[in-house]
Amino acid sequence: MTHSATGSVLIQHEVGLHARPSVKLTQLAKTFRSKIEFGLSPEGPWVDAKSIVKVMGSKTPKGAVLHFQAQGEDAQSAVQALIDLIERDFEPAS
Amino acid sequence: MSKNVGIVIVSHSPDVAKGAADMVRQMVGDDVPLAWCGGAPGGGLGTSVEAIMTAINAAWSEAGVAILVDLGGAETNSEMAIELLPEERRDRVVVCDAPVVEGAVMAGTEASAGSTLEHVRRTAEELRAA
Repeated sequence: MTHSATGSVLIQHEVGLHARPSVKLTQLAKTFRSKIEFGLSPEGPWVDAKSIVKVMGSKTPKGAVLHFQAQGEDAQSAVQALIDLIERDFEPAS
Repeated sequence: MSKNVGIVIVSHSPDVAKGAADMVRQMVGDDVPLAWCGGAPGGGLGTSVEAIMTAINAAWSEAGVAILVDLGGAETNSEMAIELLPEERRDRVVVCDAPVVEGAVMAGTEASAGSTLEHVRRTAEELRAA
């Protein structure tokens, strides 16, 4: 059985998904087993959240809404963790 | 000793090498062994085989070491430094064909996730096509 999850979050970081935020997002995504992608629209196109080059290359600006989709056993917790990271402005979990 | 691939930054300029290393530390964190070297042995711009060997050993990981270089001599001296390593280490060090600063951050990010040396190299080199 395949698990899947989706979720969306508004990017409020002042420079958008630039260098440091991209690194944090990719590092967190890679701690999950699921396939994780995001898009700037719910229909994609989709970016592999585990690829630092593609995440940084997405040049996601402040004010964009990121739509996540994940497939795999830990899909639900992966999407939640990534949304949490963005909501706390990429600071480490307290 | 870290299980993550180590990163070595080699530039003709010690300032560039140190600056790139600072970026990796601040953006990627402390989970990746990291060393840098730059400048000619007598001062001025250049690279040194001996300094590169020292940096490789400083950033050594059983998972291997990925080297990021800037221009010509940095690459040839890095290849020479690899040849002079003990045989059991030689096959676990690669020079990435990638821009030195961006490549170091990309390779460091990939390494911090516990990826293999080949995967770290491919991520840095993905920049060329991106």
